[in-house]
Amino acid sequence: MALLEVKDLSIHFGGVKAVQNVSFSIDQGIVYSVIGPNGAGKTTLFNLITGVYKPTTGEIRLDGEAIHGKSPDQLAERGMARTFQNLQICMNMSAVENVMVGAHLRLDRNLFKAALRLPGLRRRDAELRAEATQLMHFVGLDAYVNERADAMPYGALKRLEIARALAMKPRIIFLDEPAAGLNPRETIEVDHLVRKVADSGITVVLVEHDMKMVMNLSDRILVLDYGKKLAEGSGAEVRNNPDVIAAYLGAHA
Amino acid sequence: MQKKLNIGLLIVIFILLAVPFVVPNSFYLDLAIRMAINAMIVLGLNLLIGFAGQISLGHAGFLGIGAYASAVLPTHFGWHPLLAMLGGCVITGILAALVARPIFKLKGHYLAMATLGLGIIINITLRNEAQWTGGPDGMPVPPMSLFGTEIYSDKTWYWIVAALLVIAVWASQNLIDSPFGRALRALHGSEVASQVVGVNVVRYKVSIFVLSAVFASLMGSITAHYIGFVSPNFADFFHSIELVTMVVVGGMASVFGSLVGAVLLTALPQALTSFEGWETVVFGAILMGFMIFLPKGIVPTLAAKFGKGE
Repeated sequence: MALLEVKDLSIHFGGVKAVQNVSFSIDQGIVYSVIGPNGAGKTTLFNLITGVYKPTTGEIRLDGEAIHGKSPDQLAERGMARTFQNLQICMNMSAVENVMVGAHLRLDRNLFKAALRLPGLRRRDAELRAEATQLMHFVGLDAYVNERADAMPYGALKRLEIARALAMKPRIIFLDEPAAGLNPRETIEVDHLVRKVADSGITVVLVEHDMKMVMNLSDRILVLDYGKKLAEGSGAEVRNNPDVIAAYLGAHA
Repeated sequence: MQKKLNIGLLIVIFILLAVPFVVPNSFYLDLAIRMAINAMIVLGLNLLIGFAGQISLGHAGFLGIGAYASAVLPTHFGWHPLLAMLGGCVITGILAALVARPIFKLKGHYLAMATLGLGIIINITLRNEAQWTGGPDGMPVPPMSLFGTEIYSDKTWYWIVAALLVIAVWASQNLIDSPFGRALRALHGSEVASQVVGVNVVRYKVSIFVLSAVFASLMGSITAHYIGFVSPNFADFFHSIELVTMVVVGGMASVFGSLVGAVLLTALPQALTSFEGWETVVFGAILMGFMIFLPKGIVPTLAAKFGKGE
């Protein structure tokens, strides 16, 4: 059975139909990419699935459970993680603390225990810090562990978001343009990183404009255009689909 | 992180121990007590404003509830002062929790307006329910009694307040550096990011709002017993503004900034006695000046300058 199933999903903002009747399903453990021209509805689709927007119609199922209409924090509890196209880093915190926030749901968040500095909680927090440091190593940010987030370069922040998402120990991770704004070398590094994430058993859903990266990583690709599903299939199938070529290069009527 | 000596807290303890021996007379001891009480209110308020990034312009209202609970419940109903103090906290906690849910659907200016309105409603209620509260004239407060002895002396009050302050500083530090505190700071930094990692933002905002309100209520009770008298001025709008000014001047999201802000601005009116009647204007000017020239407040600015964090 598919891990994630999306059926007839639509959202309308006033008269704008940002996503229209999109259906697809994602199997456990694959890398699934969503591509399409700017404004095709890719980020909107991510926002719908991760609970930031509520769909106008349609349904979303994670492991068979209907999850449309649930809030982002409820979806986080079900193992869903994401990063953002335009960074959402807590600039008032250090890099490692940003990663530690990712483990929020796995911790004892009790206010009174925290205020009293109970030893169990402190020990768990120290373990978490070590774990977060290791995750920063995993994404290649060793140099920034004790850095304030607002002192880090853009490319590092992109990867910090991935580390934070991984700290959730998710089953499925949504990466919204992880290579946007990066130089070619950084893009290759992110490419490798996404591969490593997928190899660790996490299902990856990727929105990305870098076609080389998409073709390199993806098991399946969904093509959106004007909020509608244009095509779906393997890299080769999508690449040779006349509708896709038309959407990207302009149609010859 | 773990074994690091808590130098800040040690300094606070040292100063608190030294004060009674260096102040020349009871006037200054009284000032020190009021500074310490304000410091605790500001600590709680800074958790809300500085760390969680949510404004409240109505905190004097909660202070007023605590103060009046300590006046009304023992006077009219014969409650023990400690029980009345607890009662004030419970009333404040319930009220804050009830209003917080709808309030925290709002953001920015709307949140400020809603909390401002709440504070004013509390103030008016205290003024108008004259048969219970003495109306605009206020009412006397029975003395606090602990273990069968009534507390009158300023010295005793000083040690009580000083001990509470040390605990408050320590607890605030712990809270900030905990999963709970990180979630608070994260929702300040990016609400959507904190949501997608599983932080229930409304619940966190409500919790910290209630916590800081109860803190204010508790300090209201203590102030009432210490002074021996309450008046609606406790819950005055300008008092709320003063408290916010202390947060801003000392430094948002800074534990020691809260202390510095409270100490400076509690002392300021004494220095401004020549501006009689215009203190509020001066306060406003100071608040504006800090917003423009030192928006991070005193302690964070100094910390950044000398390259050391908290």
